[in-house]
Amino acid sequence: MSAKPRVEAVNDFVVKFANVNGSGSASANELFAKSILRMGVPVSPRNIFPSNIQGLPTWYEVRVSEQGWQGRRGGVDMMVAMNPQTWDADVAELTPGGYLFYDNTRPLPPAAFREDIHVIGMPLTEICNAVYSDARQRQLFKNIVYVGALSVLLEIDPAEIEKLFGEQYRGKEKLLASNVQALQLGRAFVQEHLQWPLGIRVRRADRVGNQIFVDGNSAAALGCVYGGATVAAWYPITPSSSVAEAFQRYCGKLRVDPETGQNRYAIVQAEDEIASIGMVVGAGWNGARAFTATSGPGVSLMTEFIGLAYFAEIPVTIIDVQRGGPSTGMPTRTQQADILSCAYASHGDTKHVLLFPEDPHECFEHAARALDLADRLQTPVFVMTDLDIGMNQRLCRPFEWKEGTYDRGKVMSAEELEAGRDFGRYKDVDGDGVPWRTLPGTHPTKGSYFTRGTTRDPYARYSERGPDYIYNMERLLRKFRTAAGLVPQPVLRRADAATRLGVIYFGSTSPAMQEALEVLAAQGVHLDALRLRAFPFGDGVAEFIAQHEQVFVVEQNRDAQMRSLLVNELEIDPARLVKVLHYDGTPITARFITDAITSHVQAVQENVE
Amino acid sequence: MTYIAKPPLRHPTLEKNRVGYTRRDYEGKISTLCAGCGHDSISAAIIQACWELDIEPHRVAKLSGIGCSSKTPDYFLGASHGFNTVHGRMPSVLTGANLANRDLLYLGVSGDGDSASIGLGQFAHAMRRGVRMAYIVENNGVYGLTKGQFSATADSGSKSKKGVINSDSPVDLVSMALQLGATYVARGFSGNKEQLVPLIKGAMSHGGAAFIDVISPCVAFNNHPGSTKSYDYVREHNEAVSRIDFIASREEITASAAPGEVVDVLQHDGTLLRLRSLHPEYDATDRYAAMGFMQEHQARGEVLTGLLYVDPLATDLHTALNTTARSLNTLDAPELCPGTGVLAKINASLR
Repeated sequence: MSAKPRVEAVNDFVVKFANVNGSGSASANELFAKSILRMGVPVSPRNIFPSNIQGLPTWYEVRVSEQGWQGRRGGVDMMVAMNPQTWDADVAELTPGGYLFYDNTRPLPPAAFREDIHVIGMPLTEICNAVYSDARQRQLFKNIVYVGALSVLLEIDPAEIEKLFGEQYRGKEKLLASNVQALQLGRAFVQEHLQWPLGIRVRRADRVGNQIFVDGNSAAALGCVYGGATVAAWYPITPSSSVAEAFQRYCGKLRVDPETGQNRYAIVQAEDEIASIGMVVGAGWNGARAFTATSGPGVSLMTEFIGLAYFAEIPVTIIDVQRGGPSTGMPTRTQQADILSCAYASHGDTKHVLLFPEDPHECFEHAARALDLADRLQTPVFVMTDLDIGMNQRLCRPFEWKEGTYDRGKVMSAEELEAGRDFGRYKDVDGDGVPWRTLPGTHPTKGSYFTRGTTRDPYARYSERGPDYIYNMERLLRKFRTAAGLVPQPVLRRADAATRLGVIYFGSTSPAMQEALEVLAAQGVHLDALRLRAFPFGDGVAEFIAQHEQVFVVEQNRDAQMRSLLVNELEIDPARLVKVLHYDGTPITARFITDAITSHVQAVQENVE
Repeated sequence: MTYIAKPPLRHPTLEKNRVGYTRRDYEGKISTLCAGCGHDSISAAIIQACWELDIEPHRVAKLSGIGCSSKTPDYFLGASHGFNTVHGRMPSVLTGANLANRDLLYLGVSGDGDSASIGLGQFAHAMRRGVRMAYIVENNGVYGLTKGQFSATADSGSKSKKGVINSDSPVDLVSMALQLGATYVARGFSGNKEQLVPLIKGAMSHGGAAFIDVISPCVAFNNHPGSTKSYDYVREHNEAVSRIDFIASREEITASAAPGEVVDVLQHDGTLLRLRSLHPEYDATDRYAAMGFMQEHQARGEVLTGLLYVDPLATDLHTALNTTARSLNTLDAPELCPGTGVLAKINASLR
């Protein structure tokens, strides 16, 4: 026994909960994560769930990191094994010296355990059966009982948990009391019967500050509310459905005319993604800010309309919460695999504006920004989030908003038309490639035109003449160059020491990358890092690549899609861009990035030697 | 596909309507469809109906899909904004446009390929939702632009110009519209303008989803013996359920006909549809009776025309969604953005 290792760590460990889908564990697990946050210690939880409503295994992995690392770490220090179906794999996943917490109401044979881990058994079922008679209560409170037990084992302040109960069950005193009772049941048992605390513990810190804890889908939805979206059309698809649902929830609170009780928004659950984007196109054409939220398969269905919106120049905002493809792929797992399909969506020569938020803070900011950009540029704009930041709560900077008006872009008014201002719907009068538009119904005799996906001259008259087509296509390119200056610019992080190595990354890879950069620097591997925030790429991206001998491109897909986009759009020699690809459906980790980069650097050094 | 704009001649003696426009003001570019195409007659009927309704042309938004029929919005209401969308998807674009601005009148023009084949789903769902619009299908049973393939509304047993017999059952858009909840359902014939104009006027002033299936022979590919969408066939088999007169709300209703002969249907906006029944047992306000009556007559090979069903007090999607009276596209930051104070509270709730 004395030789058995024991994980010892304060505020730096991973706890994983193995549960059965539909057992009510999600809210208990969230309670666990939030109670640690309330102690001032950063956590990053991740739901790992199946495409299922009830019965299949589901996991909730909580990384506790006083340093504030939000990326998935990899490895598990404590497993709360509540699902017999996945027992063997769950036990196997534990780090040597880790802790296995389980319900020992029914004894398990010694072969079910490992020699090198610490086993903590607690008769959860027995305790709940003794106290509760209702089957559902027994199940639900079992989850709270184990949270109580963990609070003793890990030294989580029970007052924080009770405070959270108080917030959740405000005005529902009975529920509040029964939850507190379940919590105390768990605590009392551990205090009486088990050894505590464990080698892994939570200690109060002050590392959370004014950060907020929220999922990216809710954040994007709120961004659409703030950004002035009035029309939303969508079709349910994991992992994006909660964007539309959150938009509905926020609008119900924030967008109802207080005097009339009428809604300042319209949300339609369409019959499919084609109709969703069609409605957004119609609303955008008619001057309302509109968006849809979808995922890869939905984008595939929308591509014909996306081409129309590009060519007919209609503002459209699409929030693409990426998941694993191709086909149905891994609908409940994360990837960044829609980069190319969105950048070049549709037939013919098309290019689209993409924004890459790194966390919920930017999901909010980019969603609102996308609505402005779509109006300004009269084109589809994609907000490329993913399941990892979309469906998981993440600690991030609070939402920020600057009061002001919306940028509605170049919309010619009835007064301007009346004053005799020349109106050519597809004419570049300002040199930025962005034409003026009129909204239907503006003026009795001036400014009407026929919108279509076929070619036309600068005055929107049907034309199949080559020069008219070329004028239009060149102008669209000019417009795309204008876009490069309007989109969020990349964020540069210089290494502490001068280096010829660079790394490019984007989106949800961000926290794992930050952590990897620290670890690598400590090992003497210094890299300048550039976080892309949008496509088209600004001048800074080509410059960054030019300044470095080797640039790693870290992304979460098989085919190095961002690297292809960089090579293609900036005419970069592919040999300069080293692929670092993570695509098994789990969020990328700092360990993975560190290993990939160090092994490449070592290989290069060995070659040199 | 028009290269030629009509010369803007204005004859001083042309009659003006109550909003000061002549019929010419409702015209568009010169049609590029084949001479004798039924679609051009429908365009003419739309022009007539809008002029008679005293609609300012720019208050109409006209939307279409792809196909011969979908090109026609370029040939009427030149002062209106038009949108030639993608094949079969006009209904969703129209729905979105309507949500953005409830103050305009929406005219959707589609064809049988556009609505009954590729766009059947969107057709169905727009009807279900009760989008306020006049949705006109110019139905010729054939793909014109791609030269004569059968469409999904071609009757089983009808013969193509090349002599092929269609073996598939037809999609009957009128029956579908009735079943799916459209609140104004009619069928017209492009060769009968007298019947068609009041049907369009009724649809344009209807409060919900109005659908008109207009049989519109294709002179190039579907006007031969053996076709059931030819001028001759439709004239021979046309069976009108009623004659309809459209009476604007401001007009004084004078002559009252003998009971039983005439049914007056008062719409939500005060307009009146006066139906002169040609079948005494037909009740155009009874959805299920209308469906049964139609099925019976169609089984006999008759092409039933006229106003087949109307719910005069129908409401629309905006009513269902409880949207504000002010059009959504007129709202700006003060009405839409909750502001920094609210955001501070939201931030606080997420800690």
